[in-house]
Amino acid sequence: MLANFDFSVITGSLSYLFLDGMRFTLTLTALAAIGGIALGTLIAMMRLSGLPVIPLVAKTYVNLFRSLPLVLVIFWFYFLVPYLGQWVTGADRPMTVGAFTSSLVTFTLFEAAYFSEIMRAGIQSIPKGQAAAAQALGMTYWTSMRTVILPQVFRNMTPILLTQTIVLFQDTSLVYVLSITDFLGAASKVAQRDGRLVEMYLFAAVVYFAVCFVASLAVRRLQKKIAIIR
Amino acid sequence: MNYNWNWGIFFESSPEGTGTYADMLLSGLAWTIVTALCSWVIAFLLGSLIGVLRTLPNRAANAVGTTYVELFRNIPLLVQMFLWYFVLPEVLPESWGSWLKQLPNAPFYTAVVCLGFFTASRVAEQVRAGIQSLPRGQKMAGTALGLTVAQTYRHVLLPNAYRIILPPLTSEFLNNLKNTSVALTIGLLELTARARAMQEFSFQVFEAFTAATVLYVLINIVVIFISSWIERRVAIPGNR
Repeated sequence: MLANFDFSVITGSLSYLFLDGMRFTLTLTALAAIGGIALGTLIAMMRLSGLPVIPLVAKTYVNLFRSLPLVLVIFWFYFLVPYLGQWVTGADRPMTVGAFTSSLVTFTLFEAAYFSEIMRAGIQSIPKGQAAAAQALGMTYWTSMRTVILPQVFRNMTPILLTQTIVLFQDTSLVYVLSITDFLGAASKVAQRDGRLVEMYLFAAVVYFAVCFVASLAVRRLQKKIAIIR
Repeated sequence: MNYNWNWGIFFESSPEGTGTYADMLLSGLAWTIVTALCSWVIAFLLGSLIGVLRTLPNRAANAVGTTYVELFRNIPLLVQMFLWYFVLPEVLPESWGSWLKQLPNAPFYTAVVCLGFFTASRVAEQVRAGIQSLPRGQKMAGTALGLTVAQTYRHVLLPNAYRIILPPLTSEFLNNLKNTSVALTIGLLELTARARAMQEFSFQVFEAFTAATVLYVLINIVVIFISSWIERRVAIPGNR
């Protein structure tokens, strides 16, 4: 029962939970979001390009990642990244890759599939006339994308991109399957060390809830603020 | 890449002694599908209820619905899984707790309940969006015909709303199916867990994961196929 709820387990491990665990979680979230949005934008542009084959490649990438569970993808890359590293650097044995690098690669590539769908919707929502007008002004594809289309897309899509980042923040807890010390991993290690599962998991839930709830309220306010009245 | 490929591994018998590695993966696939279907029943019924609550002209009902959705959406699924599996039996009265712990197949029941409640919050959002996307006149017409609120929902609003939200519901179903893999952390022997076990027993990492990948992609294709069949089947003639 909750009668013997022991707060001292939580207070005693706060620095481990936040300085080790939460710092890992937040760093991973931020870097994977930036990488994912950059790569996702590129994939969205590939998918909407009129070139041969390339849209198909982008579509296959997105559909493949979207049909796999994240846990499986985490395992895939945990074993694959050392070989990829070997292939890229031309070394003669699989590279030793740290937990952080491995999960960063995983989350960037995985979330890029989801971010690319958001960016694709954003690019498609810009009237075609704008791209045509930019072309008529003599702009190249890249100039018109950079100066005309994408700035509007990012403005319109910021709330959705941020909401997806909140989902990403929650998803990073799955690195638990690799026994990495993210926030949940730290909580779980303390829980098992002290035999205090109830306190630690409830505390983890409260912290995740607080962060995500406040962040989603902030996104909603931002959405109202930056909405363009059409 | 200096990796020893061995695609014949699937036909070698697994150290569990219950068949080949292929059998092991297929039993994982079966658990994945059964867990996904059972939890979807909870998710669909509870999600519809919560979604309806959020659209009723009643403050208390709205508050209950909103609280539910915010609570279940803002906690990572893995944490929810741990709460159901490790925390719930401890905070319940002693006798209930020990009953829960002794339940055979506890990971399966826990995963079903956890995924059901988690996915319900997502289904609820879709149902709400579907109901709100209907013209206001439909509800009014229901009232004008003398239908009660419950009858209006049952015969007018929900049948239309479900047809509209069928595509997003399909992707929620697929998300739910993929989320069953999170239950490997509490010991459910579903597809990803079995692929991982195969990798540990046989050291054939990439064969095991490739097989799991192919199976997941296949289920996705089948589900999308079934969903578009349902969509054609339930389409209202002359509508579009």
